[in-house]
Amino acid sequence: MTVPAILFYVFGALAVLSALGMVLNVRNTVAAAMSLVVTMVSLAGIFVLLEAHLVAVIQVMVYGGAIVVLFLFVVMLLNLRSDDFAPGRARLQKLAGALLAIWLLARVSKGFVSFPPWPPLPPGFGGYRQLGVALYTDYVLLVEVVSLLLTAAIVGALILAKRRID
Amino acid sequence: MPVEVIVKSLFILLVVVAGLAPVITWIERKQSAVMQDRIGANRADVAGLTVIGLLHPLADVIKLLTKEDVVPYGANRIMHLIAPVIAAVPAVVAYTVIPYGGVYTFGGETISLVAANPDWGLLYVFAIGSIATYGTVMAGWSSNNNWSLLGGLRASAQMISYEVTMGLSVVGIFMVFQTLQLQEMALAQDTTLRLFGFLERLFGVPVPALLGWIRIPAWGVFYQPLGFLMFLATIMAENKRPPFDTPEGESEIIAGYHLEYSGMRFGLFFMSEFIEVVVIAGLVTTLFLGGWSVPWLSQATIIGAISKLFNVEFATGICAIVHFLCFMLKVVVMIWLQMALRWTLPRFRYDQVMDLCWKIILPLSIANILVTGLVILLARGGA
Repeated sequence: MTVPAILFYVFGALAVLSALGMVLNVRNTVAAAMSLVVTMVSLAGIFVLLEAHLVAVIQVMVYGGAIVVLFLFVVMLLNLRSDDFAPGRARLQKLAGALLAIWLLARVSKGFVSFPPWPPLPPGFGGYRQLGVALYTDYVLLVEVVSLLLTAAIVGALILAKRRID
Repeated sequence: MPVEVIVKSLFILLVVVAGLAPVITWIERKQSAVMQDRIGANRADVAGLTVIGLLHPLADVIKLLTKEDVVPYGANRIMHLIAPVIAAVPAVVAYTVIPYGGVYTFGGETISLVAANPDWGLLYVFAIGSIATYGTVMAGWSSNNNWSLLGGLRASAQMISYEVTMGLSVVGIFMVFQTLQLQEMALAQDTTLRLFGFLERLFGVPVPALLGWIRIPAWGVFYQPLGFLMFLATIMAENKRPPFDTPEGESEIIAGYHLEYSGMRFGLFFMSEFIEVVVIAGLVTTLFLGGWSVPWLSQATIIGAISKLFNVEFATGICAIVHFLCFMLKVVVMIWLQMALRWTLPRFRYDQVMDLCWKIILPLSIANILVTGLVILLARGGA
């Protein structure tokens, strides 16, 4: 096995284990959030192995850094205890989740069987220049639409929160 | 290649972490003494020799190592134990992308004096910095102490907020140098520019011959003066040192997130702050103060002047040493500036810290990006 292959299995195993850790630790919310950080960072490692360097750095910065810290902030502010979670209510959800997971696994494994070989990477693939050029030429309309959508979401969240405070 | 990286990393570890950081604790003590009109640290001695207080860092380390390492009752043991490590490691590894010398050619072999020079250099520092937040937050939460929890909450909110403005305040520098690589930025600053050259390039007004020869170093601070101030303020807020030390505000929440830490685990928080001071000094130097370059004397000039007397290889070696010393000098000046600010300004109130971030620096940094973009467009003659 080559070094990238070994690293792929290390990061992959870490991602799966920490994702499991997050799900199983659901009563200890801070530990669950910290497991999520490990998942995000190991996914960033897999992005590096796929030559998507910029995506890897953004993954650590935005998901590993900012978003999970915000989760933690809320979790710590609420200071939830394990007995705050009523048991037994989520049985139907669990069943639905398990069925969904099985369906997803079937779909994904079908994709693995007929996976096309990798085309050769274009020069400079995964760098910030290529991403910037692509975002602001071919996909400029989508970028603008997404930014508008996010602004609308922020305003909506503010209005909802303010109504509850007033 | 691996040997080269290991040698460079060891150099950084020995010079920056093991060399500079303990000295900084001494500088901080001495500076606080000077500014508060005291004599200062001069008690620790070996056989009566105090060496102007330089033995105090040694005494600190011995004291911290021999103290009991307490995990408070009801704390989350694992998180309490690993939080200081998570706080300290990012501070050390952030240094890998900061160049401490230029690019030199010795008889066909090119050596770039930076441990790692990835395409996305500065983003790496930001990513590492965002991981450092967890050390503080975990320390605050796992200590089972309400003061600690408040400190952790304050730290997470403050660091998340200032990460946004820190990123935005250096976008202007990316636009000026057209790169994210720190070594390329330093190379681009190893030259001079005409002080009044902008008249010609922006407005088409010819520069009078008398003023034309006035040249300044092409440092980032002259292209982005506002960006320099904003970056310095935001990155100091990221480090949580005074005047931005609300997460450990003694008068309100005792010592905040590291209240329940003792011994060397407290020492790790302490050290990571000082290592970050060095990283900040190195970053600001590289981005805004020309990095390793000597003002008005470019690498070619220095090598050319020395190689008239000696051979080129020797001249290149001398030039590398001069560049390294110049870099260290700038770093020490930036460290001094941070220390002076730390002992001059009182602590901001928590809402003031947040207002500064979201209401002042954020709009200013966006305006800075807009103006920089317009100026670059005008200077290139495009519309």
